[in-house]
Amino acid sequence: MKVKVLYFASLREQLGTAGEEIELPAGVGTVAALRSHLRGRGGAWELALAETKLVRTAVNQDMAPPTAALKAGDEVAFFPPVTGG
Amino acid sequence: MKVSVQREDFDAGAEMRALSRDPKIGAVASFVGVVREVAMTLEHYPGMTQKALERIVEEAKGRWQVMDCTVIHRYGELAPTDQIVLVVVASAHRGDAFAACEFIMDYLKTQAPFWKKEAAGWVEARASDDQAAERWGGLPGTRKLG
Repeated sequence: MKVKVLYFASLREQLGTAGEEIELPAGVGTVAALRSHLRGRGGAWELALAETKLVRTAVNQDMAPPTAALKAGDEVAFFPPVTGG
Repeated sequence: MKVSVQREDFDAGAEMRALSRDPKIGAVASFVGVVREVAMTLEHYPGMTQKALERIVEEAKGRWQVMDCTVIHRYGELAPTDQIVLVVVASAHRGDAFAACEFIMDYLKTQAPFWKKEAAGWVEARASDDQAAERWGGLPGTRKLG
C-alpha cells in the first residue's frame, strides 16, 4: 500500500526532501512502524528520526500518536514540535 | 467565526469592528502576538493549519460561551515589531472572553503546525508552552506526543 509522506521545518532540511510517496513494506502499518522503517535508511534518516528526537506526527492533517494505524492513500507528516503563536 | 492563515498583515481594530453585532455580546477580549527582537520566517503545513485552528476554536466554543471569534495567523517573512497572530473572542461576559482567548492561544502554541526559523536556526519548542496547554486538559482526539 502506498502513502504520501511529508516532512516539515528542521526535519525537511535535515532529510533534504519535503516529501515522497512510499510503498509500505508488509508489516509497516502504524506511524511508529513507518518512522522505524524510514530510520532504517541510515545516515540523516537515522539521526533525524532517532527515538531520542522529539518528532510529532499527523495523519491526514490531524495530529496522530505513534500507534495510529495507516491505510492506503494516507498523508503522513513528520515534523518537530510546533513553535507558532 | 473567522479563521485565516495568511501572509498579509491584519488590522486588529478592523477585525474587532467586524465581529457579530449581537446585542447579547458584552465583552470582547483580544490578543496580538508580535515578533520580538529578531526577524524570522514562519513555515506552516498548508491544509492542516486551517483545520487545526478551526478545531481549537470549536473546542473553545464547547468550553465557554463564545458568541463570535476571529483567529488570524501569519506565515512567511516577519520582522521585529510585526504582528504574528490575532485572537479575538466575543462573549456575554469578560470571564468567558478572557478564558477562551487564553485557551486558544495556549493550544495554538502546541497544536497548530507552524515553525519559526531565525538567522541562528530553527526555534526550539519550549516546555513551558506544553505546560500552558496542559493546564486546560487534553484536546479530544489528541494526546501529548513524543
